[in-house]
Amino acid sequence: MRRTFSMGGVHPHDCKISADSAIETFPLPQRMYISMSQHLGAPAKPLVQKGDKVRTGQLIGASAGFISANIHSSVSGTVAAVEPYADLAGNPVMHVIIDVEGDEWDESIDRTPDIVRDITLSPTEIIKRIADCGVVGLGGASFPTHVKLSPPPGKKAEFLIINGAECEPYLTSDYRLMIEHAEEVLLGARIMMKALGVVEGYIGIEDNKPEAIKKMRELTASSYPEIKVVSLRKKYPQGGEKQLIDAVTGRRVPSMGLPIDAGVVVQNVGTSFAVYEAVQKNKPLFEGVMTVTGECLDSQHNFLLRVGTPFEKILEAVGGVPQKTAKIISGGPMMGKAVANLSAASVKSTSSLLLLTEKQTKRMEESECIRCGKCVQACPMGLEPYLLNKLARAGRMEDLEHNKVYDCIECGCCMFTCPAYIPLLDYIRTAKADVMRIMRSRPKK
Amino acid sequence: MRKLIVSPAPHVHGDESTRKIMKDVLIALAPSMLVAVYFYGLSAIKLLLVGVIACMGVEFLIQKYLMRTKVTVTDLSAAVTGVLLALNLPPTAPWWVIVIGAVVAIGVAKMTFGGLGHNIFNPALVGRVFLLISFPVIMTDWTVPASWFRPGVDAVTGATPLALVKEGLAQGMTVDQIISANPDLTYGQMLFARAGGSAGEASALAIILGFIYLLVRRVIRPHIPVTIILTVAVMTGIFWLIDPSQYTDPLFNILTGGVLLGSVFMATDYVTSPMAVKGMVIYGIGIGVLTVLIRYFGSYPEGVSFAILIMNSIVPLLNKYIKPARFGKEVSHA
Repeated sequence: MRRTFSMGGVHPHDCKISADSAIETFPLPQRMYISMSQHLGAPAKPLVQKGDKVRTGQLIGASAGFISANIHSSVSGTVAAVEPYADLAGNPVMHVIIDVEGDEWDESIDRTPDIVRDITLSPTEIIKRIADCGVVGLGGASFPTHVKLSPPPGKKAEFLIINGAECEPYLTSDYRLMIEHAEEVLLGARIMMKALGVVEGYIGIEDNKPEAIKKMRELTASSYPEIKVVSLRKKYPQGGEKQLIDAVTGRRVPSMGLPIDAGVVVQNVGTSFAVYEAVQKNKPLFEGVMTVTGECLDSQHNFLLRVGTPFEKILEAVGGVPQKTAKIISGGPMMGKAVANLSAASVKSTSSLLLLTEKQTKRMEESECIRCGKCVQACPMGLEPYLLNKLARAGRMEDLEHNKVYDCIECGCCMFTCPAYIPLLDYIRTAKADVMRIMRSRPKK
Repeated sequence: MRKLIVSPAPHVHGDESTRKIMKDVLIALAPSMLVAVYFYGLSAIKLLLVGVIACMGVEFLIQKYLMRTKVTVTDLSAAVTGVLLALNLPPTAPWWVIVIGAVVAIGVAKMTFGGLGHNIFNPALVGRVFLLISFPVIMTDWTVPASWFRPGVDAVTGATPLALVKEGLAQGMTVDQIISANPDLTYGQMLFARAGGSAGEASALAIILGFIYLLVRRVIRPHIPVTIILTVAVMTGIFWLIDPSQYTDPLFNILTGGVLLGSVFMATDYVTSPMAVKGMVIYGIGIGVLTVLIRYFGSYPEGVSFAILIMNSIVPLLNKYIKPARFGKEVSHA
């Protein structure tokens, strides 16, 4: 019996058509737009002004709270403006806009290609370095990594799990990292295990990536025996934290709990690579691998891309937006965000630009619920999406809370599977936000 | 600049639809329909055609002229009801009886509740039970009509095995005596094909083929049919062990009457069955127990239809109080 998570899940088509495209370095555009809000939590405070000269890797935005992260310049040049600029949804967000001049890196960054294997920093120094370098979770939520590596008092991590599931269709950036930078990913894991004080690590990879599994198995067997490679039976959403922990360790994170409540810390492959670069190379997180894909494109790409590159520049480089493109998604087709504004720029966690045609992405007209129960069967959290949808439309907040709407991970399995094309998650997502706001507003006992 | 679609995730769909599901149910019913046509010839064709046309027609007329709403007959749910109604009638049923059944099934049991997805009771079964109560003679006339496929065989009476046993026992015979007096009551015949009973009951194998197809296509889950069949087996097994001269054995009870047809195609009706696995099991056990009680202690020889309808009525309660297993324990965050 191959391992996977125990409840629900769906099987969307793989569509990893960019899997064999090696990572290419994306050329620097003339102007970069670096958002001050690239992470969960408080936006960073800009440290530069119009006219300032900056170098690649220089701190330009300071973490502004416990849950916040530093922002570094991804290029060298002159600050053209520090002002609100529209993000991918079109909402104004504070950006540092830089006119690119050359590519002069901060001297403290080790730019040699050598792999640095000795981990000399102490756990506290590691966590401080990760915070200084602005590393955030690159699996989607962009939670500041140093916060995740500092469990609250009384809670102790027992395992570290590296998330190599990459369960979203189309995405291949983690896959390419595992193939091309396997050892750096494992070193990143070893560094985080040292920071957490744990001796057991896992890397969970779905079995649609046999080459990555093979590569990781060879390396762990020879040099990283403390990390076990777990092959997982392909099923979406395997890469959800709670699902991955269940699949790898058999433990279930309690309702409303965090992975640390099950003694686990989960970090994504991309994050692990960023941690390696931060700790061993003193390189802040200002570039990452991004997949640019879609059946309607002539070529499929995995780019090593600087943070702040405008989407339109990326799309220009792949030959422009094909006529039949109906939707452009930042992220995967199950949980990614539709891009409303093509002049928006990439952020640390932008894992892909996916172009879908109308046929691939069209929403069909909603019909009556036939009570087939497929959404209940598909829900990886054991919820009843059909019921939550009804309660949400009726605005029944108390019933929504009793039926645990707050446990929804917004994976989209219910809506993906619904034969009546009911936009279940649209309603549940909104209701969840409302219910959680109500719950937070209650006086603490 | 071209316009792009902007909407929340997920951006792709699994490509299932109500229509595709209904089409799969019709395909799963095909073996039973073919067996019916083989045994009952023109009578079966008439039964199926009138059933489907009447059900779809009634739905169309009501939606178009009475409710003045969007016509949804193309989702094929009315066609499934039509086939199921036809397969639950005696092959000799006259056309107007089928039409009345369709009006009750679609008009009363389905549309008055709000149409697909809102009805409490399985429409085809409501239609059948209405006819059984209103036209008891027609509905229990088990004459096997002549068929082109079986030349030389004229119309014969073909009482159902359950009716034969019930009558025999009433006359003071033992089960063994009844079976030996009716040489066609062998397990082999009941499994493969035996003329007699409702049009869809002739072949257990045909129903099982349909069941396998529905499972492979993931249209239904096995929980409801399996619990019904197991419950019927256990219940009848207990009676049989106590007194084999008065009670038939479990295999006989599963292969005869509507247990298979009902558990595979009627009890699994999405709209009228529970959503969560635990609810499905309770529902299945209830149907099994009621079926056996009606067969042994009721005035009808067969009780599957009534058992399903009775359990249909508690499905809303099951959905409300029997919740699926949630992921992760509840912890207090005081």
